This record gives sequence, C-alpha cells and structure tokens, in this order.
Amino acid sequence: MGQQHLQPNVNISLNDKPVRKSRWLSFMKKLTKNKAAIAGATVVFTIMILAILAPLIAPYDPTHIDMSKKFQGPSSEHWLGTDDKGRDILSRLLFGSRISLTVGILSTLLGAIVGVVLGIVAGYYGKWIDSVIMRICDVLLAFPGLLLALAIVSILGPSTTNTIIAIAIFAVPTFARIVRGSTLSVKKLEYVDAIRAMGSRDTRIIFKHILPNITSPIIVQATLYIASAIITASALSFLGLGTQPPDPEWGTMLSNGRSYIAQAPHITLFPGLVILLVVVGFNLFGDGLRDALDPKSKK
Amino acid sequence: MLTFLIRRFLQIIPVMIGVTLAVFLLMHLIPGDPAQIMAGEKADEAQVEQMRENLGLNDPLHEQYLRYVGNAIQGDLGTSIRTNRPVVNEIFDSRIWITMELAFWGTVLAVVFGLIAGIISATRKYSFADVSLMVVALFGMSMPNFWLGIMLIYFFSVNLGWFPIVGWDSWKHMVLPVITIGSGGAAIIARMTRSSMLEVLDNDYIRTAHAKGVSERLVIYKHALRNALIPVVTVVGLQFGTLLGGAVITETVFAVNGIGRLVIDAIKARDFPMVQGAILVCAVAFVFVNFLVDIAYRLINKRIDLN
Repeated sequence: MGQQHLQPNVNISLNDKPVRKSRWLSFMKKLTKNKAAIAGATVVFTIMILAILAPLIAPYDPTHIDMSKKFQGPSSEHWLGTDDKGRDILSRLLFGSRISLTVGILSTLLGAIVGVVLGIVAGYYGKWIDSVIMRICDVLLAFPGLLLALAIVSILGPSTTNTIIAIAIFAVPTFARIVRGSTLSVKKLEYVDAIRAMGSRDTRIIFKHILPNITSPIIVQATLYIASAIITASALSFLGLGTQPPDPEWGTMLSNGRSYIAQAPHITLFPGLVILLVVVGFNLFGDGLRDALDPKSKK
Repeated sequence: MLTFLIRRFLQIIPVMIGVTLAVFLLMHLIPGDPAQIMAGEKADEAQVEQMRENLGLNDPLHEQYLRYVGNAIQGDLGTSIRTNRPVVNEIFDSRIWITMELAFWGTVLAVVFGLIAGIISATRKYSFADVSLMVVALFGMSMPNFWLGIMLIYFFSVNLGWFPIVGWDSWKHMVLPVITIGSGGAAIIARMTRSSMLEVLDNDYIRTAHAKGVSERLVIYKHALRNALIPVVTVVGLQFGTLLGGAVITETVFAVNGIGRLVIDAIKARDFPMVQGAILVCAVAFVFVNFLVDIAYRLINKRIDLN
C-alpha cells in the first residue's frame, strides 16, 4: 500500500484507466477517513448551498432599512438580531456569503491560472525566462502581507471587482513558485525525456504530461488559499477599501458594527463567527486534501 | 560565511530595483492624470501644468524613475499632498517606530507562545493537550484579526475595563493590539514547530540519544529543538512581514498612529506620494528582515547553500 503511493504520478497521464481509478479510490478512502477533513468539507459545502439558496431562504431583504427595529438582539423574529439600520443580520450574512465566497473562489482561481502558467513556463523553459519570472515573483512577495493588495486597490479604487483583481495578483507568486518546483521535478523524469525524444511538441508535453502530474499541489494550495482570500477580502472591506456599503459583505458588516460594540455586540459577533467558521472549514478541508494527495505528508 | 553574505546581499539588488520600479509605477497606473489628482479637482489648467512640471511628469519615464530612485536614496520620497510635509518626515518622525514596536512585540508573542505550544504538542503527541492546542491553533490561524481585536476590546476594555480602548501611550495600551497582531503568527508557528519537531524526533540520532540514557529534557532541548527550529526560523521571518501588513488592521482597530494607519488615511485621501513612500519603506524593511532571517538560517544550518 505504502509503496504504491510512493510511485510518481506518471501513470496518470499514460491513460492507464485502472491505475487512475485505483488512485482515485485510494484518495477518496484517505479523505473520507479523515474526520477533520470531512467536517471542513461539510462546512464549506453547506455554506456554498446556503449562498446559492440565499434569495429563497433569507427571511428578509438584506438591504431593507427599518429604523424602528434597529439594534434588536436575537429573537424568534430576527434570529441573529438587527443592525444599526434595522436590517436583518441573518439575511445579510446569507447574501454576504455570496460575495465572500465569490471573491474568495474567483480571486484564487484567477491567481492560480496566471500563477500556474507562469510557474510551468519558468520551470519548463528555465534559463532567462525562469530568472525573469522568478524575480517578478520575488518583487511581488517583497510587499508584506496586505500591503500589495492595498497598493493595487489604491490605484484601481475600492470595489468588489477590484478586490478580486488585487487578491488574484497577490496570489500569483505563491502559485507560480509551487508550480515551478513541481514542474522542475516532473521535467526531470525519464519518460518526459523519452516523449520529447519522440518529437512531441512542448505544448503537448506541458498539457498532456506535466500539468496532469502537478495538479495535487495546485488543488491543495488553492483550497487553502481560498481561506486567506476570504480573510483578505473581508479585511479590505473592513478598512473601507473593498466591497462598498450597502452591499452585505461580511467585513463591511463587521466594520459597521464596530461603532456600536458596547450597545449591540451581536452586530460584530456574528459576521466574525461566520468568517471564522468558513475559514476553518477551508483550512481543514485543505489540510485533509494535502494528507490524501501527498504521499509524504504526515498525519 | 563572507561569500554567503556577499552573494545573498547581491540577490537583494534586483528585488530592490523591482520594488522601487513597482512603487514608482503605482503613480503612473492610476486611471486619469496624476498631475490633476495631485493638484486637486478644483485646480485650473495652469496649476495642473505647474504640478506636472514640479513632478517631472513631462520627462521620459526612465528619467523619472532614475530621479525617483536617486531622490529616495537621498531620503527624499516627495511631499504629502494632504499635510504638505515631506513624506520621509511623516513616516520617520514617529509613525514607523510605533509600527516596528507593535510588530516586534507581536513577533515576540508569536514566537514564545508558538514555540511553547508546538513543543508541548509534539512531545505529547495525540494527548488531550496536543489536540486542544492544535484546535486552538487552527482557530487562531483562521480568525480574522480585525474581529479578534474588536472582541478583545469588547471583553477586556468595555466590559472588564482592564485595558484602554485606543491609543499607544503605556504598556496597558499595548497588550490588546499585540495579542491581536501576534495571535495568528503564534498559531502558525505552533503548527510548524509541532510538525518539524515530530519529524526530527523520528530520527535515528534521537533514538540513539535515548538509548544512551540522555535525559528526555536534554534530548528535546539540545538535540531535537535545535534542528526543528530550522524551518521555524523561515516562518518567523515571513511572519514579521505579515505583521507589518497586519499592522494596517490592528492600528485601525485600536486607533494607533502607526504607518499602517498612515497608509489607509493616505489611500482614502488619494495622497499618492504618501502611499508610495509608506509602501516602499515597508517593502524595504521586509526585504531587509528577510536578509537577516537568511543569515540566522545559515547560522543554525550550515548546510544551506544559495543554489
């Protein structure tokens, strides 16, 4: 069993269906055995379903203002209470999940696509192309934490779309570095040399043989990255530089509740708890995927 | 060691060129006319033209860049539009030191708590303490720090009255912001230390040390921890960068007048020279910290080689 997992993934790309099937089964077996990963996946998929169904299940209009109901605590009428403008917090959280998940997933996807392309090109072609791409990544990584995203938003202006672009750019070097490393190790395998010697074109080698073999680290990184993208997006909104009010983004809701922390702490408490829950979910699921996909990982 | 230092230092140069170029281009990527934005919406054409001339925007781009770098090296990062003071003075008069102090204590908290938790977890694998600490670390890592900051204010300042809500005057002001900024790093370092220690504790030389009758304490602190620290050092360096970025949030939550808050205020006021200057200073500080981390890394692990 252990031996089988230590084999490089090269068999996948040779269209050997039984091997592919057994790897898939082995992956699913490992993943389903990991209780933490299942808990994470359950949280993630539940929130995704709630986000999709938000217009159907939200009890109130998330932007409907009713000043006569402001600052109400949790009750049977408003399960999570109301905010400073009498808006229903549960409805706002449900609609907010659409924004936060969209930003988290889209920005990660965008950053991953660009990062993967750059990483493969750098790893596969090497030489000066590699140096140029990696130096660009070094420069992007030299801007600490949130500052790169802030710099980008400062140019583009605050909005949900610009938040996605900023976080995607922020993600590019992380993916490029991982993919470059994986590409280098796959490129060294003898069978890639053999295919090249047989006259295969570079694009065919990349898409048919290299890319399928480096998907595991990309999937793991992407899952974990969505978690930090959601936090970064809500941080930008919290600072007033992301999604703009009255859109019910979780960070914006938190920022809004901050002024009323003494009289109505629930306005701040619930959006924070939801962010925490989703991020924990993605982190647990990502850790589980890594354990199931990476033969060397330790439990 | 000297060769390592020189080679590592030379690697900084292209990164610094890239960083200065990126920060310089910030101004040119702004949609619209930078001179118009700098001069203000109400400025007439002559004023805008004067501003363009003052900023040297009529010169070729490469000349502008070289001048920008030349000025930056001499400590001239332009003038803030909002306050009309030199950007360098705005940053270095007090702001940056407050942020450095915050990031420093945040790092200390992250390293101390992270290491202790990681060591306890690794040496008591799968025990109640291990599982609890790792659950706390997972939540610490996943918690948005702006929310944590607000919740700390709610419990410890508003309800219990133990700490002041805002400001940066005494140690009492520093407790909650330092916890806010350092908790995420502590969680990451704890997880890293645990996995790194577990890997080291599995080695033959540890078994040999045990077999020779070396005490458990000595095995852990002298043999295991020293080797386990190698990957942790890198994480600490990266954490310092995250903390510099995290200062933006923490300073906003606790109304601390550091460089993070300066950046936010400058972005909101579209004070671009200020934004450029503050981001450049933070990036340079981060590059420098990474340089120091690499030296520390080399000192702990002599096998490392730049290739």
